[in-house]
Amino acid sequence: MLRTNIKRVLKLGLVNFGRNGLVSVSSVMAMTITLFVIGALYLGGNFLNSALIDVKNKMDISVSFKIDAPDADILSLKKDLTLLPEVKQVSYSSREDELIAFRESHKDNETIIQSLDEVDNPFGARLNIQAVDPAHFDKIDSFIKSKGGAVDGGGSIIDQISYKKDVVNKLNNLINSSRKLGLAIALILALLSIFAVFNTISLAIYTSREEISVMRLVGASGTYVKGPFMVEGMIAGFVASILSLALLYPAVLWVRGVTVNIYGGINLVSFYFNNFGKIFLILFCSGVIIGFLASFWAARRYAKI
Amino acid sequence: MIYFDKVSKVYPNSIALQDVSFTIQPGEFVSIVGHSGAGKTTLLKMILAEEAPTSGKVFFDSIDIHKASQRQIPKLRRRIGSVFQDFRLLPNKTAYENIAFTMEAAGRSDGEIKSDVPHVLDLVGLGDKLRSFPYELSGGERQRISIARAIINQPDLLIVDEPTGNLDPITSSEIMEIFKKINEIGTTIVLTTHNKKIVDSLGRRVITLERGQIIRDDKEGKYAL
Repeated sequence: MLRTNIKRVLKLGLVNFGRNGLVSVSSVMAMTITLFVIGALYLGGNFLNSALIDVKNKMDISVSFKIDAPDADILSLKKDLTLLPEVKQVSYSSREDELIAFRESHKDNETIIQSLDEVDNPFGARLNIQAVDPAHFDKIDSFIKSKGGAVDGGGSIIDQISYKKDVVNKLNNLINSSRKLGLAIALILALLSIFAVFNTISLAIYTSREEISVMRLVGASGTYVKGPFMVEGMIAGFVASILSLALLYPAVLWVRGVTVNIYGGINLVSFYFNNFGKIFLILFCSGVIIGFLASFWAARRYAKI
Repeated sequence: MIYFDKVSKVYPNSIALQDVSFTIQPGEFVSIVGHSGAGKTTLLKMILAEEAPTSGKVFFDSIDIHKASQRQIPKLRRRIGSVFQDFRLLPNKTAYENIAFTMEAAGRSDGEIKSDVPHVLDLVGLGDKLRSFPYELSGGERQRISIARAIINQPDLLIVDEPTGNLDPITSSEIMEIFKKINEIGTTIVLTTHNKKIVDSLGRRVITLERGQIIRDDKEGKYAL
């Protein structure tokens, strides 16, 4: 009997969904927008995260040494730094390397090149240090200062230490606040679509009031009377999840096209395809839950036994 | 089977029932008569748990109807069939579907539906109208379908509210013959009507209501208003 009832409730829900035509379409639309935003937030979150990791990796501490700093001291500092657990990688660039790099980056500017020819190599050697986490920058910075300052019997061999700690912090804050904003938008849209589906189902209940009154009179159970409306709400959620998943694809293509030249990050298109199942599951569950909640609320309110 | 214990129903601007008490035994055929607004329909709605009394209790067997849980009420209603003056058939369903719909809602199997629906339509003399929609049928035929729908789940009690109100005298007496037969096989019937001829020809128990109160309860009564 239970199986027969489930089958009938599902069938009635499907029939109701079809019969309510345009009204069903409107609730599907409202839900599609919400689910699209949820999907976009998920993809955007992943994209920003990977971009942040990318930026963090590219970020390093750059130590430029005085011209007269002995190579042996610099290399010994390099060795000490490599042993620090906070340090991921240290690369050494000699005075000559620096000059070549500078010439290379300014090869189109004749004035600079000419003036370089007239003087001795003005560049000091350089150490580029990559930290495991940008949060360790301060510690590495003080380590370099203590070591570099002590090497030359009081006089420091270090000319300048530079790193862009603020950029990372700002980026972190930006991502955090954009996440909060996204979550708020998603919640507001979810509430709006719950209202939209609630109204659809309320209308469906109103048009079926004769059937409901007959059902009640012949002793249909609460599940049998209300079940089809909940099925209807969940079908709307399911259809909306498919539509929003399809709509995300061109959106992803567009974002990829716009951002590919700015910085790496993940390839959003391949991320979309690689996580297709997961994204679908997120949208499907969100849609069905929104549909269920709205129709449960409407049925509870209007389809009384 | 049915027991009304000092039941009153008060609406903001009127009193529908006032201190009404009576008992209906299994197998009885009881007519409830009274002017419009006397409280007949309110009384029937209370048996169906559609209305709750302001004070007093209504029992179906040993169950206090208005204390029954949300789960018990559908089970209770499955033991009661109901027929109304306006038939309450679903216009977009055929005769067969209207009755099948009732069986589906009561949780009966597809096999039972297939075998029982044609049978019950035969019983009310509409075996050939299986595929007809309500608008294709006469008033009498529609009422027969609603009777078929009311008895399909073999109820213990049949509630009949003004069944002949929209029908001509000949059709009315045909419909009443069906009710008599249903009663003969053991189903208790509670009928409300304005039709004096019908009540008198039945020669069964008559409860007379006036302004929400029982003013007469005769074992083999007549319509006396």
